[in-house]
Amino acid sequence: MLRTGVIAKKLGMTRLFLEDGRQVPVTVLQLDGLQVVAQRTVERDGYTAVQLGAGAAKAKRTTAAMRGHFAKASVAPKRKIAEFRVAEENLINVGEEITADHYFAGQYVDIAGTSIGKGFAGAMKRHNFGGLRASHGVSISHRSHGSTGQCQDPGKVFKGKKMAGHLGAVRVTTQNLQVVKTDAERGLIMVKGSVPGSKGGWVTIKDAVKKPTPENVIYPAALKSAAEEARRLAEEAAAKAAAEEEAAREEAARLAAEQEAAALAEAEASIESDKEAADPNAEEPPLNDDAAPEGDK
Amino acid sequence: MNLIAQLEAEQIKELGKTIPDFKAGDTIRVGYKVTEGTRTRVQNYEGVCISRKGGSGIGASFTVRKISFGEGVERVFPLYSTNIDSIEVVRRGKVRRAKLYYLRDRRGKSARIAEKSNYRPLSGDQA
Repeated sequence: MLRTGVIAKKLGMTRLFLEDGRQVPVTVLQLDGLQVVAQRTVERDGYTAVQLGAGAAKAKRTTAAMRGHFAKASVAPKRKIAEFRVAEENLINVGEEITADHYFAGQYVDIAGTSIGKGFAGAMKRHNFGGLRASHGVSISHRSHGSTGQCQDPGKVFKGKKMAGHLGAVRVTTQNLQVVKTDAERGLIMVKGSVPGSKGGWVTIKDAVKKPTPENVIYPAALKSAAEEARRLAEEAAAKAAAEEEAAREEAARLAAEQEAAALAEAEASIESDKEAADPNAEEPPLNDDAAPEGDK
Repeated sequence: MNLIAQLEAEQIKELGKTIPDFKAGDTIRVGYKVTEGTRTRVQNYEGVCISRKGGSGIGASFTVRKISFGEGVERVFPLYSTNIDSIEVVRRGKVRRAKLYYLRDRRGKSARIAEKSNYRPLSGDQA
């Protein structure tokens, strides 16, 4: 069942020291106001997908057309928009916010971003060519690509020949990166290893296509509304439990008070009877012993 | 403070390590946890700190050099590694460089470092 991915912002890299002495290099990715902006349905568009938006854009700098689009979804203007194909049952309502709990520690993901642009690069850097020799008659072409083909036959350079040219600034997907840690409060996902793109760049995260889908992923997505609902329910349950406990305690206190009063009355009666009988108070110590544990309840 | 720096500061706090004040030129003893099969023990490594890198951030490290059986040995330790059990300053050295890589080319008498006689412990929030 295909579920949605997320749009995240690359914050940078750091390392985590684990208890067993290992250190893990991680890339920190942030979910910044990730909301569903639109839906694509089979009836209308011929396929099912959700359109997500992330980040905050100034309304002033958003085109009128996009302002209308955001207004229709009644979400604030977003900086980055991306579509994710989903199965029909995993469509999410427009306006829902997705949290970092969408992924769990240990899960494998694919991350796509725009790689850092390197400008016009030579064949050595761009295609890992070996270059020419340092000596033995090579002059001013130590980093050149060398021969580009044959002779009069075919008499041309074949199309697609690897040569110098523009490098980087293209969409790159890194597969099977492992999620190390998530932080739903701050919307952080920490992934082991590097992720394409520069700091502050936008990337899309999806469940790894080359790994079996884990059983405990959340369908259709980890939604903020669902989390809030769960928290509200938990709070209600806690409040209810607290109230019950309070009631039980009051009941116990009342019972204890009653018993104490009864014991007191009995003791008084016994004292009176003692007075009458002028007997040494034989009954009183056990009575006191009885009263003490009941009061503790 | 950006979020990365904040995360690193939090992690340093969480690790709760007490790092003594030491710099290049000081002789230090590092207790390093070694796992042999199932049991772990602490192995001491003593030598001259010849470099400190990365300030006090989570990625900081230091290099300790010693002469072991006539052979120079250098080990680089991450400052906040969970494998480090303790760091002890044995002797404070007086040097005029932050990186003592020149010690690699020296042996014996010329590789000595004078002891710092006027060391004052850090005070206040620097300590």
